[in-house]
Amino acid sequence: MDSISLIGMASVITAGVTIGVGAIGPALGEGRAVAQGLASIAQQPDETNTITRTLFVGLAMIESTAIYAFVVSMIILFANPFWDYVVTKAGG
Amino acid sequence: MDFMSMKDISPDQVVFFQYGFARLNVTILFTWGIMVLLALGSWFVTRKLSTGVEISRWQNLLEIVVDYMQQEIREISRQHPGRYVYFIGTLFLFILISNLLSVVPGYIAPTSSLSTTAGLALCVFVAVPVYGILSRGLTGYLKQYIEPTVFMLPFNIMGELSRTLALAVRLFGNMMSGTKIIAILLALAPLFFPVVMHALGLLTGVIQAYIFAVLTMVYIASATRTQQEQQEKQKEEQLNEKETNFKKQNKKGESP
Repeated sequence: MDSISLIGMASVITAGVTIGVGAIGPALGEGRAVAQGLASIAQQPDETNTITRTLFVGLAMIESTAIYAFVVSMIILFANPFWDYVVTKAGG
Repeated sequence: MDFMSMKDISPDQVVFFQYGFARLNVTILFTWGIMVLLALGSWFVTRKLSTGVEISRWQNLLEIVVDYMQQEIREISRQHPGRYVYFIGTLFLFILISNLLSVVPGYIAPTSSLSTTAGLALCVFVAVPVYGILSRGLTGYLKQYIEPTVFMLPFNIMGELSRTLALAVRLFGNMMSGTKIIAILLALAPLFFPVVMHALGLLTGVIQAYIFAVLTMVYIASATRTQQEQQEKQKEEQLNEKETNFKKQNKKGESP
C-alpha cells in the first residue's frame, strides 16, 4: 500500500475513534452532574440560581474534554499536517 | 458559509483583502466590525440618558444588561463589582455579540478562530495577577503560589497555564464545532436540519459567553478573595460564639 492511502485510512479511522471514545467519558460525567443538579434543585428550590450557575460552569469544564477530542479529530480530518505533506510531495 | 469552504477549519485562512505583505483576513475584519458596532451602539444609547421615569427602550436594555452583570459579579466574588465590571463586562459583551451575530448570512464568528480566543484568554491570564496584586499586594499575591506548601509551586503554575489553554480551546472548539456541523449538514440534509442546529448554536453561543465571563470572574475572585474570606470567617466565628453563649445563658436561665 502506498503512503497516501495508508495515511488517509489511518486519519479517517483515527478521527472516528477519537471523537467516539472521547465522547463517552464526558457524556457519562455530564449525565451524572445534571442528575445530581436536578436532584439538589428538587431538594432545595430556593438555591436554584446558585445551583444552576455552578452546574453550568461545571458542565462547561466537563464538556471541554469532549471539545478537546473534537478539535483533535477536526484537525486530523481537515488540517492534517501528514496528509498535506504527503500530498505536496506526491504533487510536486 | 459563503467565505469558508469545508477544508478551512478557522476563518484565519480566509483572506479578504491583500495588499503587499499586509493581509486582512475575515477574523480581523469581523472583529473590527463588532468593535465598531459595540462602540457606536453604546455611544448612540448613552448619548441622551435620562434619570426620569420615562426612559428609552435602548437605555432600558443596557440598564438591564449592566445591572445583571453587576449582580452576577457580586454574587460570585462576594465583593463590590465596581472594579471588575469593566473587564468582565467587555469580555462578555464582545463574545456574546460575536456569537449572536452568526444569524447574519455570510458572517463567521471571530470566536471560531483560535487566534481570537487565545487573545481573549491571554487577557484573562494577564488580568488575574493584575487584580490579585491590586487587592492583595505583590507579596500577598505571590504567596498564594506556595500555599499550602512550597512543593505545590510547580502545580500551581501549571494550573495557571493550563486553565488559560482550556479557556481558549473551549470557546474555540464550541464555536468551531457549531459552524462545522452546519457546513456538514448543509451538504447532507440541507432542507431543515441546519436551521435547528443554527438555533442550537445560538444557545451554545450565549452559554459559552456566560461561561467565559463566569470562569474569568472565578479566577479573579480566587486571586483576590482570601483576605476578605478570612475577615468573614472571623465575623462568623464571633457570631457563632455569641450564639453559643446566648444559648448557654438561656439554658442556665431555664434550669432551676
